[in-house]
Amino acid sequence: MDDRERLKLFEQTVLPHLDAAYNLARWLAGNDHDAQDVAQEASLRAFRFFGNFRGENARAWLLAIVRNTFYTWLRKNRPLENTIELDDETLAAEDATAKVEPVHPPFADAGAVRRAIAGLPVEFREIVILREMEGFSYREIAELAEVPIGTVMSRLARARKLLQKRLTAEFKPGDQP
Amino acid sequence: MNCPQAKPLLEPYADGELDAAAILELEEHLRACAACELAWRNLQSLKRTLKQDALYFTAPDELRQRIKSALPSPAKNVPRQPGSHWAAKWNWLTAALSGATAICLVLLLLVTLNRPSSEQLLEQEIVSAHIRSLMASHVMDVASTDQHTVKPWFNGKLDFSPPVRDLAAQDFPLAGGRLDYIDGHGVAALVFQRHKHLINLFVWPGKEADAKPALVPTRQGYHLIHWSEAGMVFWAVSDLNEKELMEFVQDYSLALPK
Repeated sequence: MDDRERLKLFEQTVLPHLDAAYNLARWLAGNDHDAQDVAQEASLRAFRFFGNFRGENARAWLLAIVRNTFYTWLRKNRPLENTIELDDETLAAEDATAKVEPVHPPFADAGAVRRAIAGLPVEFREIVILREMEGFSYREIAELAEVPIGTVMSRLARARKLLQKRLTAEFKPGDQP
Repeated sequence: MNCPQAKPLLEPYADGELDAAAILELEEHLRACAACELAWRNLQSLKRTLKQDALYFTAPDELRQRIKSALPSPAKNVPRQPGSHWAAKWNWLTAALSGATAICLVLLLLVTLNRPSSEQLLEQEIVSAHIRSLMASHVMDVASTDQHTVKPWFNGKLDFSPPVRDLAAQDFPLAGGRLDYIDGHGVAALVFQRHKHLINLFVWPGKEADAKPALVPTRQGYHLIHWSEAGMVFWAVSDLNEKELMEFVQDYSLALPK
């Protein structure tokens, strides 16, 4: 493939997913400025490594690069960002006592939902974005995020539990313990 | 199916990851169990909430433009892929070099690399730059204790982005940065403080292999530590004692992405 074809192919297969790249970067980095930096660096990196792309799923491929670029950026720029997960025991205990409360649908207030997502630990946040906004399957997310499928499922379950809790609290402040 | 069996299946079902047989059983349970049915409806409601368009950020036009202009334009020559580039080089090398000339080349390289004078010249240059920065009372071009101010300040002034870390927590607060000129190219000089002592940390990109921090013999009363990692060359220089300067270097190295 000559260089001109390569550029054209890149523009046709990868660049259409720039919205997805920016969306993921925006949710991970938390603001527009940093998200643009991450998305731009990831796109240019994707072009450099375009030779390695085997033509499966361009969106998943690009988002994997966005993700890696973001974590490199995170270590460099916010080494203190809290990425500690809740431990399994706490959550198991929580599960045992949790009673299911009716949630008022729909959570129409986008602002409240945004705050709730932004408040998730970054490892949970990325799984939520990839599943709910990008519609990737568990297997695709596992490959993209380089974690076992079981981890994808447990992180997703925890993330949803946290979101439900926070959103319920937002809408029914009186019920918060 | 009972509740403990049904609960872990709700999410895979909602995510379209459940097989047909399990779906039938689960649906039967949901018809009979109010608690699981409520959990199912809450889950659906949460999923709808997260899928709303208002939450999806679309790429700003300026980003699109910046990427387009950073990509090679079709008229120009696009840089070749690293893989083919090296393969071409290797073919050329193997074809052109007989064993004897290869050995000569290696010897020549070894001699060049081990030549002590260039290293010593560099050390002298770094100490001079440190002294110069103190004399001209021009330690900093950008005075800030915020790495997010100092790092972007270098944008456009250097052709690389130096890793800037604040080590205030380790009692080496970042004081600022400036441009300097060492070994024939522009470098980033980051300035740190410990009590009354200033530390200049010079950073520039280098091709050398990663090397652990090593003390270089004292020059004119200044201590020098050199290391390289992640494609960057680092030189720390200060009148601070060797032990504390090494502490600084180790803390800085720890703060870098691994």
